[in-house]
Amino acid sequence: MADVQGLPPAFSASDGRDLAIRIRGVTKDFGAGGSLTRALRGVDLDVPYGEMLMLVGPSGCGKTTLVSIVAGTLEPTAGEVVVLGQDLVAMRRGAKVRFRRENVGFVFQSYNLLPSLTAVENAAVPLLIAGWRRSRAVDAAADVLDTLGLGDRLASLPSELSGGQQQRVAIARALVHSPRLLVCDEPTSALDAENGRITMELIQRIAVQPDRAVVVVTHDARVYSFADRIASMEDGRIDSVSTGPHGSDPTMPPRIA
Amino acid sequence: MLWIAWKMLIGNRVKYLGIVFGVVFAALLIAQQSSIFCGLMSLTISQIRDVEGPGIWVMDENVQFVDDVKPLSDTELFRVKGVAGVAWAVRFYKGIARARLQEGSYEQMILLGLDDATLVGAPAGIFMGSIADLRKPDAVIMDDAGYRRIWPGEPYRLGRVFEMNDRRAVLVGLTKASRTFQSFPIVYTRYSQAVVFAPRERKVLSFVLADASPGVPSEEVCRRISEQTGLQAVTRNEFIWKTIRYYLAKTGIPVNFAVTVLLGFIVGTAIAGQTFYLFTVENIRQFGALKAMGTGNGTILGMVLFQALQVGVVGYGVGVGLAALFGFGTRALSRLSFFMPWQVLVITAVAVFLIVLLASLLSIRKVLVVDPAIVFRG
Repeated sequence: MADVQGLPPAFSASDGRDLAIRIRGVTKDFGAGGSLTRALRGVDLDVPYGEMLMLVGPSGCGKTTLVSIVAGTLEPTAGEVVVLGQDLVAMRRGAKVRFRRENVGFVFQSYNLLPSLTAVENAAVPLLIAGWRRSRAVDAAADVLDTLGLGDRLASLPSELSGGQQQRVAIARALVHSPRLLVCDEPTSALDAENGRITMELIQRIAVQPDRAVVVVTHDARVYSFADRIASMEDGRIDSVSTGPHGSDPTMPPRIA
Repeated sequence: MLWIAWKMLIGNRVKYLGIVFGVVFAALLIAQQSSIFCGLMSLTISQIRDVEGPGIWVMDENVQFVDDVKPLSDTELFRVKGVAGVAWAVRFYKGIARARLQEGSYEQMILLGLDDATLVGAPAGIFMGSIADLRKPDAVIMDDAGYRRIWPGEPYRLGRVFEMNDRRAVLVGLTKASRTFQSFPIVYTRYSQAVVFAPRERKVLSFVLADASPGVPSEEVCRRISEQTGLQAVTRNEFIWKTIRYYLAKTGIPVNFAVTVLLGFIVGTAIAGQTFYLFTVENIRQFGALKAMGTGNGTILGMVLFQALQVGVVGYGVGVGLAALFGFGTRALSRLSFFMPWQVLVITAVAVFLIVLLASLLSIRKVLVVDPAIVFRG
């Protein structure tokens, strides 16, 4: 991928790490006239490679809107959005679809698995979208599911899996094409504490890599401990960015490479 | 991706069957009603088709269809024979006669009088007696369906006697013949005999049957006959279509069938469209997820059209199959006319294609405008 023209070849965080996400002055309005709602009010945010950032805040504060813009599924009203070196604001629609296909993995709150596909077929969907042959895509997806401990449930339909297992299938689907950005929307909200912990451990173990970045939207305070940094949002703005346990506590266990 | 579309479609069996049912219903109704219509139309021309041999029919200039007989003078035969390019020409009588059976009952019959010398126009499917027996005095050959109508349940027996116009008629043969629109028994006899059986009229010649000399196109000979005699001369094929056009234009038959076909089209579209739309709405988050993961609108459009096409193919196959089963099933049990030419299959296919296209339009719009960000909304 070529870097954005007119922008420096690489952005760096204050600690010298290259930035995976750089957002400046982003606003997003919904509606018009009297019914206009301003969901984002000038958001600035940097996320370096190798970091897991959590977006937290009350409902309606703009977390989902912000993560949708970062993932390239929503256009900002104004501002600058550079993700993985690509200017998403200037990008044409077709290029943005390609960008998502090649670079972004998604883990959704409600999993959004296709109910008529088996676990391994669901996990293979991004590869099928990318044009892989079905047998090859399914083989690759089976490997990822095996890594996530679902090697014995490959042929199960989503309805035959527990919530935790479905979320693991969703994680496999998000990671099967080795995306450089993983976007997770409330990945643990539908899970009990144990499954939530397992899910976050998996995301941390597999997705947080030096050449990747992870953005997690969550309400779930139980998983804050997995964050490198936590951006707290309020009323369409980022109120504060604090360093998470992983970003500051030297006693935290090291990441598994 | 088409494979995913197919799995999505058949994943919900109830909805899938609902959509297919709509298409099956429409295809069945369209194919079945069109086939019955074609069957009826084929009845109207059966007497032209059954007269094999002559390529040209000559008649009064005001005749509009085969049953619209306007008698000619017998001398017209010789005028036709005198036209250059006419290889041969013979007389042909066609009319309705009232027969009095030995039991005392009366029966309307279609009376066909064949040229005494050549017997041109004789039926091809004689299965009892022979065509030569027609040369016997008072001889007639009757069609199989007519015999069973007059003497139901009785075995075939030649030598039966009945009267037409107070003249004795003797059954010398039985033949297979195509059913006619009026469903009356058909009686074949010699021309000279037919004019005796027929009610007395000044002119009795119904048609002149002719053929073109080798190397001369029938159309050209028809033109010459019309020019030189003032009569209407048409080829066999033209006469068939002239008769069909008459029934299409002058009777309410096509309108009645068209209304039923249209209803089938509308109801089928409504059922399939509504169910298909509900199916799409139910899967809208899945489509949104696919779009978020990088599936372009073109691919999504292809997926929906593939689903619609798949439903169309299955619905068409089942619908047309059921219509054909209905046709063959009822043919043996009733006198319902059923004729399914390839054109009916093509028309039904086009109708089904339109139905699934219309049915998928709303769904296509829905999935194309769906915001991929929908997947982030709980």
